[in-house]
Amino acid sequence: MPVISYREALNQAMREEMEHDPNVFIMGEEVGHYNGAYKVTQGLLQRFSERRVVDTPIAEMGFAGIGVGAAMVGLRPIIEFMTFNFSLVAIDQIINNAAKIYQMSGGQFHVPIVFRGPSGPAVQVSSQHSQSFESFYAHVPGLKVVMPSTAYDAKGLLKSAIRDDNPVVFMEGETLYGMTGEVPAEEYTLPLGKGDVKRAGTHVTLVAWSRMVHTCLDAAKVLAADGIEAEVVDPRTLRPLDTELIVTSVKKTGRCVIVEVGWPMAGFGAEVAYRVQRGCLDHLDAPIERVTSDDVPMPYAKNLEDEVQPQVKDVVAAVRRTLYLD
Amino acid sequence: MVAIPMKTPETARVELHDELPSTTVEELAPLYRQMLAIRRLEEASAKAYSQGKIGGFLHLIIGQEAVCTGAIAALRPDDYVVATYREHGHAYAKGVPARPILAELYGKKTGLVRGLGGSMHLFDKATNFLGGYGIVGGHVPIAAGAAFASKYRGDGRVTLCFFGEGASTIGGFAEGLSLAALWKLPIVLICENNQYSMGTPLYRSLAVEDVSLRALAHGMPRDRFDGDDVIKVKRRIAEAVERARETGEPTLVEVITYRFRGHSMSDPGLYRTKDEVEEWRRRDPLNRCRARLVEVGMDEAALTALEDDVKAEIEDAVRFAEDSPAADDYLSYVEKV
Repeated sequence: MPVISYREALNQAMREEMEHDPNVFIMGEEVGHYNGAYKVTQGLLQRFSERRVVDTPIAEMGFAGIGVGAAMVGLRPIIEFMTFNFSLVAIDQIINNAAKIYQMSGGQFHVPIVFRGPSGPAVQVSSQHSQSFESFYAHVPGLKVVMPSTAYDAKGLLKSAIRDDNPVVFMEGETLYGMTGEVPAEEYTLPLGKGDVKRAGTHVTLVAWSRMVHTCLDAAKVLAADGIEAEVVDPRTLRPLDTELIVTSVKKTGRCVIVEVGWPMAGFGAEVAYRVQRGCLDHLDAPIERVTSDDVPMPYAKNLEDEVQPQVKDVVAAVRRTLYLD
Repeated sequence: MVAIPMKTPETARVELHDELPSTTVEELAPLYRQMLAIRRLEEASAKAYSQGKIGGFLHLIIGQEAVCTGAIAALRPDDYVVATYREHGHAYAKGVPARPILAELYGKKTGLVRGLGGSMHLFDKATNFLGGYGIVGGHVPIAAGAAFASKYRGDGRVTLCFFGEGASTIGGFAEGLSLAALWKLPIVLICENNQYSMGTPLYRSLAVEDVSLRALAHGMPRDRFDGDDVIKVKRRIAEAVERARETGEPTLVEVITYRFRGHSMSDPGLYRTKDEVEEWRRRDPLNRCRARLVEVGMDEAALTALEDDVKAEIEDAVRFAEDSPAADDYLSYVEKV
């Protein structure tokens, strides 16, 4: 099986869907002539021309809204935010329009649109460029929220997101673009709303998405050295959430640690914790643990930035607490 | 805050007393009928609201009927219309019947959007009415998006986007205008300047009195005129529609108008003098239209018949709304999570 990068997997997904459906187009800042700020759209302009790979001025609210309007009348826009930090100036279009129109129009107008781009802290880009807004978007009925952690998932899920008749917020890991993985040469899609067990284990369930899946996998290796087998569950889609997959795992292990790079207060992990206690109360052998970033805007200095975010040692410590080992 | 006299550069033409374009009974009578139906529909809504049968916000367009009626008369049926929360008239003018509009206001199952949107969110796919939007200015990019799709497909359609002058100060308008100009989208942006954004007059909102000036910064054609005469509105908007259809060039059009009622039903309008309101009521576009119809040769008997027909249509819509079953489904149009 070919090994390609997460970035290349996303590129393939868009390229294939644009070949497959003339209504699919991509729009955003630097997506065309510059080949993408993160090179995710590399080569698409040459293949599909300016008609379908549309460079925009810096106007997120404007071009996100143009995407919504175009989607209402049958096109299938992919709107790239250079980062999801910039989606905040377009959030009116995403929440008040994209998420509402299908319901508000009594089912007359679908909005088949994908808002995609990098999300989460990168490296030393400080507070305004290091945010994780999945909890914002996952709060909103009418949206789907997808956060793939591997190249394989990224391609299969993006293809499904583009084919979905309703708005999808597709948040890519900013630090995952260069990560490689096996991706089949033949076409495939992955269903939205279905999670994946990234590592099987028996003693504790780690729930994580996007980059934190890899932090958990690293933590699982450390724990394995002490004979602790962690199961790593990646929901891949936060909304709709594959609650069944998580609950099934926790029923087996009796312990649950939820790891997210977002802030603790009202973070998505709190919703997961609610669902786990609701579904697994009689199976839980310890309180559910959450590992999150600290409750602060992201600092710039590398040592401080690392300290703020969940690290392998934080996950290991949380797991050990659920096992009453420390 | 002190009001400072405005210095407006190169203000576009507003001919409040210019010569009216010629017309015929055949052209004008259907437009008068639409304007009258919109007026009666709004009056019926106000009555039902005061009886507690309509809830939430209710923004009436009484006094401004000539703008939506005249503008939409310049369109083809496959053209798109995007409007604000003051949009009952626009929906009706685009061809949505009174029955489902009123039933929607009543929150009934038979409502245009099944009781899910209410007064502010009428949508109708069948007539290409792309909605009423409640966030000021946020719909301007959506309208530009519909126009973008027309350009993408080369389908020759034009989009009309209506908004109040109060939207001219918010980012959605600025970005929508800017992108429409940059990409030459086939759209006509129509500012229905009713002179008050809620209770704030334009001179306390904008540094210039001419909203259409905003087009200059984008090299976009513009027009500016009063909206008292429905035929004048139709002719002037038709120029912009044809420009959009033929060349893909957008236009910003400012139409000066006036709402006789408050911003919404809960607004007594204390920020305006009685004299000011009376002066505008004397210019009532509906009365002017009726007088014009007599001038161009429609006789009283025919006018009375038309008016009786409108009365019956709206009475029927009220009965329909009253008798319809309550809305009963709010789950079918969202994903289960």
